[in-house]
Amino acid sequence: MTDRPIKVLIAKPGLDGHDRGAKVLARGLRDEGFEVVYTGLRQTPEMVATAALQEDVDVVGLSILSGAHMTLLPKICRLLREQGLDDVLVTAGGIIPDDDIPALREAGVAEVFGPGTTIAEVADYLRGHARARDRV
Amino acid sequence: MSRSSAGAWTDPAAAAAELADAAVAGDRRALARLLTAVENRTPLAEAALRRLYPQAGRAHLVGITGPPGSGKSTLVAALIARVREAGRSVAVIAVDPSSPITGGALLGDRVRMQAYAGDGDVFIRSMASRGHAGGLASTSGAAAAVLDAAGFDLILLETVGTGQSEVEVAAAADTTVVVEAPEMGDEVQAIKAGLLEVADLVVVNKGDRPGAQRTASQLRAMLVAVPHVGSSGSDDRPRPKRPEILLTTASTGEGVPELLTGLDAHRAAGREGVTASARLARAEAQVWAILADRLRESLHDEDRRALSRETLAAVADYRLDPYAAADRLLESLARLPR
Repeated sequence: MTDRPIKVLIAKPGLDGHDRGAKVLARGLRDEGFEVVYTGLRQTPEMVATAALQEDVDVVGLSILSGAHMTLLPKICRLLREQGLDDVLVTAGGIIPDDDIPALREAGVAEVFGPGTTIAEVADYLRGHARARDRV
Repeated sequence: MSRSSAGAWTDPAAAAAELADAAVAGDRRALARLLTAVENRTPLAEAALRRLYPQAGRAHLVGITGPPGSGKSTLVAALIARVREAGRSVAVIAVDPSSPITGGALLGDRVRMQAYAGDGDVFIRSMASRGHAGGLASTSGAAAAVLDAAGFDLILLETVGTGQSEVEVAAAADTTVVVEAPEMGDEVQAIKAGLLEVADLVVVNKGDRPGAQRTASQLRAMLVAVPHVGSSGSDDRPRPKRPEILLTTASTGEGVPELLTGLDAHRAAGREGVTASARLARAEAQVWAILADRLRESLHDEDRRALSRETLAAVADYRLDPYAAADRLLESLARLPR
């Protein structure tokens, strides 16, 4: 019952077009045994929250390189909470200055993975922190 | 299974009733969680399905299948738009393959189906095939029954990219659409047995590409115009379908209204009996799948595990033939009831 795949949503909120990193991570997590829902570029916070709800994911991974993280990520966390998805683990990656991380944590982002993070590091973190699978 | 503080889910039947009733009442989070339970084949899911099944059977279940890259997801997205214009609700189950090596999966069908955040009458769910061959996940049919009971008018079951023989979706759906891309094969491909035979509608997508018209007319010539040989024979002999051949360009929406009209027409014909056999096939597929699961579980339970293992080892070593092995295991089921 415990070795069911962890389900992860990988989304790119905002308007930057750099999805190579998100795709590499999605592929890497697939190889680590995760079920990865990839939604692609230019997601609004509402689209991310809707996908997380319908897919009943355990983790939402947000890739953002546009600099709009202080606006978009807290909004996504708020929408997830409003939909009752408070047990979903939210992580972020991309170009996010260290100075912004405390505020993002405060808003509900559990972990921020900067450039140079390995896929194995992300996978280990998600295995250790994603919600328990045998809820229902 | 138990949820200590908030809802006190100690009894799976009570938890199943709560979740199932919430899903039917329109709670999308409850619906999503129920679908997870169905995918994970938990006791709660079984209890919920027992409760929900009598409320299902109203939706139109449409299977969308075809080779990888033929445009199934884009076509589904275009269909959603038309169906919403018509004021109907729609749910999608989009299946992508699981890795046979790691068990992981990349579920990418949502990339083409973006624009419906905030529309409560559209519900899209990705599913990994989890080792099940045939184009669907083993739990796709059960997931469709849940969405049906939840009141969606139309349910689109999008398979993994299929080749020639993954025909399982035809048993899972009322109406089966096979999506082809132009220039994928000649007339001989069109007359091979398999996938094209189970199509109620064949869609040649990417209709703006060179060769699309020709592909459509070749398919029409081979699948529709050829008379059925020996049609004077006995009437209950199974006959191939004569699908309608349509041309679409999903990316622009061209031809999609005609596809929806074709789906509705097939459904209307089905009310007069055509889908009765499809539904019987579906019932058979579902019950057989559950029987096979139960059989597998019984053969792995504590009383029989040793016998099962020893029997399989004997077959692996060519000491016992597979038929004798099956007989021996079936006998053990009769001797040691569950």
